[in-house]
Amino acid sequence: MATAVKQRAEGSADEASPWASIIYDALMAADVRHMSYVPDAGHSRLIELLRDTPGVTSTVLTTEEEGIAIGAGLWAGGRRSVLLMQSSGVGNCINMLSLLASCRMPFLTVVTMRGEWAEFNPWQVPMGRATPQAMEAMGVRIVRVDHLDDLAETMSAVTAMAFDSDQAIAVLLSQKMLGRKKWVAK
Amino acid sequence: MSGSTEMGGGLDRRSAVATLLSGRTDLLVSTGLGSPTYDVFAAGDHDGNFYLWGAMGGAALVALGIAQAQPDRPVAAFTGDGEQLMGLGGLATIAISGAKNLSVVVLDNGHFGETGGQLSHSGLGVDLSAVAKAVGFPVVKTVTSQAELEETREAIGKIGAGPGFYVVRIANGETPRALPMRDGSAIKTRFRAHLGLLAS
Repeated sequence: MATAVKQRAEGSADEASPWASIIYDALMAADVRHMSYVPDAGHSRLIELLRDTPGVTSTVLTTEEEGIAIGAGLWAGGRRSVLLMQSSGVGNCINMLSLLASCRMPFLTVVTMRGEWAEFNPWQVPMGRATPQAMEAMGVRIVRVDHLDDLAETMSAVTAMAFDSDQAIAVLLSQKMLGRKKWVAK
Repeated sequence: MSGSTEMGGGLDRRSAVATLLSGRTDLLVSTGLGSPTYDVFAAGDHDGNFYLWGAMGGAALVALGIAQAQPDRPVAAFTGDGEQLMGLGGLATIAISGAKNLSVVVLDNGHFGETGGQLSHSGLGVDLSAVAKAVGFPVVKTVTSQAELEETREAIGKIGAGPGFYVVRIANGETPRALPMRDGSAIKTRFRAHLGLLAS
């Protein structure tokens, strides 16, 4: 996996993950200035872009729920945050999402989906399948992106909904759009 | 409660927290659900208090977010051993954050006080200060006396070498209930208004 991450981060990184710069531009336009993340191959280019941006702070997490609490504190303190994760991490967030519902706080997460398209690892399937229901059960609105052409407008819309209308929103990037996970040894 | 500073082998939690917050100026505070939320409220309600009534394991991480958003203000989380034990991984996240304005104060009585007083991992031998050292907090102190409380008050009230981790040894036992506001939306809005942010 580390090799796959490295490959995506090199050379044709933007061609390998064209969604990254689209999401990045929308986050910048919406004045998002913090990123919490659990490392993920699909997000590796976006993580790199945000980490390299002056004025954007970032926090690497041990588990995804931490990003909910940190993002709540950031919002309380006046800074907008985004949480980047994979669908396998959504279940880890459940109780901490009560913080957002109880405080009616904005929340934005961008989730790379696993277990739904050309998935070779059966262990990814249960949480991938449960991701929308798990989020919705805790009051998080789901917005799916299946086509790259829709991504820019969707990101613009969800940042407004989250930060201007105090909504908790998860953008699910479909595995079909992201493409098959590349397991390259060399 | 007795009037003494030591009670049953630990500090009185209410007077310990009152000491830590006395003379408070620009300190912002988050609190962990259960008794630490009551203790901080009992020391004096404040618009810069973010009370948690749930989201167990999140108090110190909420404080980290506040500290990152407000780097010129000192920020402290007041929580209990049980609440922090649910967020042990978060201590690693906080330790590497480099947030010099952040302190985590764990009121440690070795018990889950809110749920019937069962022994916690801390009470069964887990040393939270050793955990904090192991994950790399640059400042780790165990507080067992009034003099150390006063030193800690000075430390958490300013931007330091942090993040700092302070284990305050408190006595196990009942304290009178002191219940702050529970409406999370109101708590959030009041906190943001205190910082001069748009109350959205």
